[in-house]
Amino acid sequence: MTATSASPLLAIRSLRAAYGKIEALKGVDLDINPGEIVALIGANGAGKSTLMMTIFGKPRARAGRILFDGRDITDLPTHQIARLRIAQAPEGRRIFPRMSVAENLQMGADATDSGEADRAAGLERVLTLFPRLKERMAQRGGTLSGGEQQMLAIGRALMSRPRLLMLDEPSLGLAPLIARQIFDAIRTLNRQDGLTVLIVEQNANHALRLAHRGYVMVNGLITLAGTGAELLQRPEIRAAYLEGGRRA
Amino acid sequence: MGDGVTTAAPALTQIPRAPGIAFILKKALISALVALVLFSLMIGIRTEAGPTGQLIYWTRFGDLAAMVAAVFGGSIIVELLRQWWGPVGTIRIIPPRLQSTLAVARRGIAPVLLIFTFLVPVIFYDQRYILDLGILVLTYVMLGWGLNVVVGLAGLLDLGYVAFYAVGAYSYALLATNFGLSFWVCLPLAGILAAFWGMMLGFPVLRLRGDYLAIVTLAFGEIIRLVIINWQSLTGGPNGVSGIPRPTFFGIPLVPGPDGLAAKLGIEFSPTHRIVFLFYLILGLALLTNWVTIRLRRLPIGRAWEALREDEVACRALGINITTTKLTAFATGAMFGGFAGAFFATRQGFISPESFTFQESALVLAIVVLGGMGSQLGVALAALTMIGGFELFRGLEQYRMLVFGVAMVLLMIWRPRGLIGHRAPTVFLRHSQAISSDLVKEGHG
Repeated sequence: MTATSASPLLAIRSLRAAYGKIEALKGVDLDINPGEIVALIGANGAGKSTLMMTIFGKPRARAGRILFDGRDITDLPTHQIARLRIAQAPEGRRIFPRMSVAENLQMGADATDSGEADRAAGLERVLTLFPRLKERMAQRGGTLSGGEQQMLAIGRALMSRPRLLMLDEPSLGLAPLIARQIFDAIRTLNRQDGLTVLIVEQNANHALRLAHRGYVMVNGLITLAGTGAELLQRPEIRAAYLEGGRRA
Repeated sequence: MGDGVTTAAPALTQIPRAPGIAFILKKALISALVALVLFSLMIGIRTEAGPTGQLIYWTRFGDLAAMVAAVFGGSIIVELLRQWWGPVGTIRIIPPRLQSTLAVARRGIAPVLLIFTFLVPVIFYDQRYILDLGILVLTYVMLGWGLNVVVGLAGLLDLGYVAFYAVGAYSYALLATNFGLSFWVCLPLAGILAAFWGMMLGFPVLRLRGDYLAIVTLAFGEIIRLVIINWQSLTGGPNGVSGIPRPTFFGIPLVPGPDGLAAKLGIEFSPTHRIVFLFYLILGLALLTNWVTIRLRRLPIGRAWEALREDEVACRALGINITTTKLTAFATGAMFGGFAGAFFATRQGFISPESFTFQESALVLAIVVLGGMGSQLGVALAALTMIGGFELFRGLEQYRMLVFGVAMVLLMIWRPRGLIGHRAPTVFLRHSQAISSDLVKEGHG
């Protein structure tokens, strides 16, 4: 477990966001320290994905602040936030189906004006992490299997050599074995490259086992926070997310 | 019980056969019946106003019978063709030898077509009609390639593309007639003005997609046309602009007399020189469009256009600047439309709002869609077939459009992604793999 340093890489302070009149985030506080994996768990509609998207500038925050590496990014346009090397693998993978795997990966590097050497190094890293993609480079994204598409979505995000990687439900719709491979890859990235990761998940068990720390979100508010192991032991977590709500 | 087993076995292994003769006849009969009901009024009875305004009608049962018989026979033929063709959407095993021949043909078609186009003025020097037709086809190839940037690459459905064609044409016409500027000065200006109006259209539609975008662009095309009609003091309104100067060979006019190009080159003057010059001019402009598009596709901006077509949400998640991506697509497409417009004005010598109706937009869009969105060669082939086809079937008069409609429907059934629906990737690896794209073709869509 990483030591809680004084300056978190990402600090969110009483963040509020809304879709029209419906308030999705009602004052969220969250810290992500450098080199940490943080899991954000919660039920459908709790505001997890909204939080991730608000960090990226769409929807805009109504109130509160988002600090990345000490810098206020609350009002920056999305493409400038990406340029600070925050990358995102959106929910449902959303790869470009008619473009080849190689082109999909290049797209990830395009947003951050990385040079040729950076691109080559990024590609090398992605392909050692997901050797399956290497065999598929010339193939169209749309012809990949679900697991391979998720690998591609993460690989695409990694191509910008991010300092913070945000993953929205990477295990969505994947077979348990494939989901485990994805989680293993995230762990490898964190251990070997020291990559900071925010992972939004419904699969609380997997996510909390993987994460150093976790936050539980209910109706636009953070209700619980703690280390992954602590949260896994909490009876309310076990009841709500791990045992199908049997004792709730 | 062995008897039962042996009789059951062939039934299990039997592959479902094609529907029999009874099915075909039944289907043809139903089609004929529908045709009978429809045509009994449309063809069976002919009405006309008599000399004093009274209704005269007479029956044409012979024609009706012939039509119904044609539908009956046609239905049988279509069904037989379908059985011969086999089910649609299955993977056909093509023998490797034929496959390699096809691959060679596919690679060869573009250079062969290009060389042929370069030779057209030489081969058909004496046939003014063919040269004029060639110029027309090339104009539409250029318009198709220009719109291809917006629709084919960036996936922004633009139904008002003719607006930029009009802006380009009027820019040149007005600048040349009012200020006496030469074609070569006006050409970039026309492109810049059209690009400017492309941005003007782009800003309000940044947040629109699909149907909504199509409606706004359609309206934009109409607005430009209506402004041109009604701003009489500037554009001459419905009377148009006449006396637009002909293009010069970089300052040397193509006229008879001592100043003309022919005299300078020491050859005899011929009016065909100008036609040939116009042919190579539009060919050059079209190739410029093609070259710029191909170059842009390999740059991040071109990749961003294509990514935008694929998935706008994913683009945003990757931090691609959607605003600049969309605006550059609109501006680039509009600029080529403006070039084509300036060429149109100098070629015709006269322009009026009638040349810039929605029909033109629809025609160019049809060329892009039929050609296979995003495919440069496909768009060129589609322009050749459509514009050439229009001319070819001129003898059929009012049935021309019918032939055309049928051809389009058939094409969309057999090639739903357009003539050339295959998309060539722009990023290559150092050691490229030998995975043929044909092996990994997606389903229809």
